[in-house]
Amino acid sequence: MLQQKHLLGLEGYPAEDIQTIIDTAFTFREVLDRPIKKVPSLQGKTIVNLFFENSTRTRISFELAQKRLSADTVNFSASTSSLKKGETFKDTAQNIEAMKIDAVVMRHPTPGAPLHLTQHINSIVINAGDGTHEHPTQAILDMTSLHEKFGYLKGLKVGIIGDISHSRVALSNIHGLKTMGAEVTLCGPSTLIPPFAEDLGVSVNYNVDEVIEWADALNVLRIQRERMGGGLLPSVREYRNLFGISTERLSNHKKEIVIMHPGPINRGVEIDSSVADSDQAIILDQVLNGVASRMAILYLLLGGKQEEGNS
Amino acid sequence: MKTTKLKKQVVLKGGMILDPMKETLKKGDVLIENGKMKSIGKVTPTKSADVIDCSGLIVTHGFCDIHVHFREPGREDKETLDSGSLAALAGGFTRVCVMPNTNPPLDSPESIRYTVDRGEECPIHIHPIGAITKSQNGKELTEMGAMLSEGAVAFSDDGLPVTDTGMMRNALEYATMFDVPIINHAEDLCLKKDGVMHEGKISTQLGLPASPDITESNMVHRDLELTQLTGACLHVPHVSSAKSTDHIRQMKKSNNKITAEVTPHHLFFTDEDLITYNTDLKVAPPIRTQADQKALIKGAKDGTFDCIATDHAPHTIEEKEGTFDLAPFGMIGLESCFGAVNRVLVKENKFDIIRLIQMLSVNPRKIMGFETDLFTNGNPAELTIFDPNKKWTFKKSDIYSRSHNSPFIGEALIGRVRATIVKGHITALV
Repeated sequence: MLQQKHLLGLEGYPAEDIQTIIDTAFTFREVLDRPIKKVPSLQGKTIVNLFFENSTRTRISFELAQKRLSADTVNFSASTSSLKKGETFKDTAQNIEAMKIDAVVMRHPTPGAPLHLTQHINSIVINAGDGTHEHPTQAILDMTSLHEKFGYLKGLKVGIIGDISHSRVALSNIHGLKTMGAEVTLCGPSTLIPPFAEDLGVSVNYNVDEVIEWADALNVLRIQRERMGGGLLPSVREYRNLFGISTERLSNHKKEIVIMHPGPINRGVEIDSSVADSDQAIILDQVLNGVASRMAILYLLLGGKQEEGNS
Repeated sequence: MKTTKLKKQVVLKGGMILDPMKETLKKGDVLIENGKMKSIGKVTPTKSADVIDCSGLIVTHGFCDIHVHFREPGREDKETLDSGSLAALAGGFTRVCVMPNTNPPLDSPESIRYTVDRGEECPIHIHPIGAITKSQNGKELTEMGAMLSEGAVAFSDDGLPVTDTGMMRNALEYATMFDVPIINHAEDLCLKKDGVMHEGKISTQLGLPASPDITESNMVHRDLELTQLTGACLHVPHVSSAKSTDHIRQMKKSNNKITAEVTPHHLFFTDEDLITYNTDLKVAPPIRTQADQKALIKGAKDGTFDCIATDHAPHTIEEKEGTFDLAPFGMIGLESCFGAVNRVLVKENKFDIIRLIQMLSVNPRKIMGFETDLFTNGNPAELTIFDPNKKWTFKKSDIYSRSHNSPFIGEALIGRVRATIVKGHITALV
């Protein structure tokens, strides 16, 4: 049902497939509103959640999506240090596959690790975030949420605010939104925007007020505190003054704007509590759409075709 | 690949003789007697002579690579002087200079002596390059004088730059007493940080930490200025960027003590080839853009680069099979060198084959002060025989190195080495 076997990233991912996933996600949203939130679509399928990096929300979201589709799931959390100790990435991958599984959902700190995994195993691979590269399921749930809110993506103006350089969410959103015909402007400290960002077909603007004035929706990214006070950013106060999405700042603009955030939120840093908890924020809708979108992705990748010899 | 002892008389019959000294390419035979050059021209073989048919092939000076890593001592699982020699023979190289970043590094007269003695046992000529600083720590000069007496031919901390500008000045100044080249691996580590590839559109797409071209060219420029200041010999290794090429071209106009090399992989690949996260393309300095590649080809054409060097850097499968961030920098390159540079320079960029052979034989020998007139009668035969037009696909089975980290596997090459003659033996590739 989808053209590609794996979901590794949204760069070059077909628009019609993104649309199919979004449409299917809406169907599963209805399932999540039922008293019994479970369908038998992936009964008998085994999915391994292979997390080489800490994650709470993405892992729970995937796990819930798998359980609601009646798949068998196994969680495997490994620190990359065990790989450094001796076992190679290839060994880990092949060992897990030898246990007869259907798909791997992987989070890994290294860009390209999911592609690498596909070279060593035959199972379906879903990228749950690879370092500073891509996080395609997050971008799909963001687009599902935007689609739900606006009813369309084509021509939509989306500002992505924050640390773009270290963000897989940003990169996947850029590719996905561009493919779906939306316009994207990146905004953040110049030290945290990749020097070649414009080559990806987006605009860069360091003035957050201009971006607010321009955009239909803002995707506000988490600013990691470890970036502060080093060579990249002077202080939390400076960031907040220049880029923080505060109530005061928004009140200067006489317009409605939709606020998104992939979480976890640093309240009072990149976004104020009053904004995050306001009606214009769709942050919790994103969380719910996350489960629905991941159900859609798993269903379309694993449940699409009946395997031979399977009654 | 098969190596046999040369018979008393050997005649290389009916090939084209390429003399990179006289810059001639003409039909002729070569007579080798007792392993030494006897005559070139028309040779009528005696009955007992071993006649090797060279029709359709070019006979020339044995290739010389002044930049290889043979990992001995310390990482014999990756390469040894013996296995590296086989890789060299397969690539037409009869002489190499090994970099000192072994474990322990070649930073003393004793370790230089060890390498020279081990090299004697190998089927090719091996010359050690000594470290510039003790333990390659960038802080204390090595005993260059004593190391030269034991057989060192140049100095380098390759793999690591000499970061401290004052230290680099001292090294260049000290080396003026001996008039030997200082080779600095130019990368500004403060700017490079954790960069694993060239910074550009591709690194942005891949989400990999990257470093810009000036990471190299800034330090190349510094080294050129220091050379101007001290009057020392500077050899710039593995130039990867257009900017460095420009700096070298400019400075060479007024300073004849500067030489530079370019690698086959920087001439052959661009950063777009990294789109699949192929760790075999992870090298330092990194593969850069198409514009840089074009500038390197131009630099080879106009003489900015004196020679081709492979920077043959073996790593184990386990290391290279890891994720991109953990994989070590480096690729092997001896076996694929000629087919790659012949394709890019001669076949695709109308480069004169004589010029290319000069960059593989006479020029690198000149930089290191080796004998260059190999065709002089009485000199030991040190020859490479190749087919300039053979189209072939480089395969894993063409590798003789102990390691297999080559991005050339699967690439179409043009021109293939057929045989190598050195140290009284002939090695023929089947």
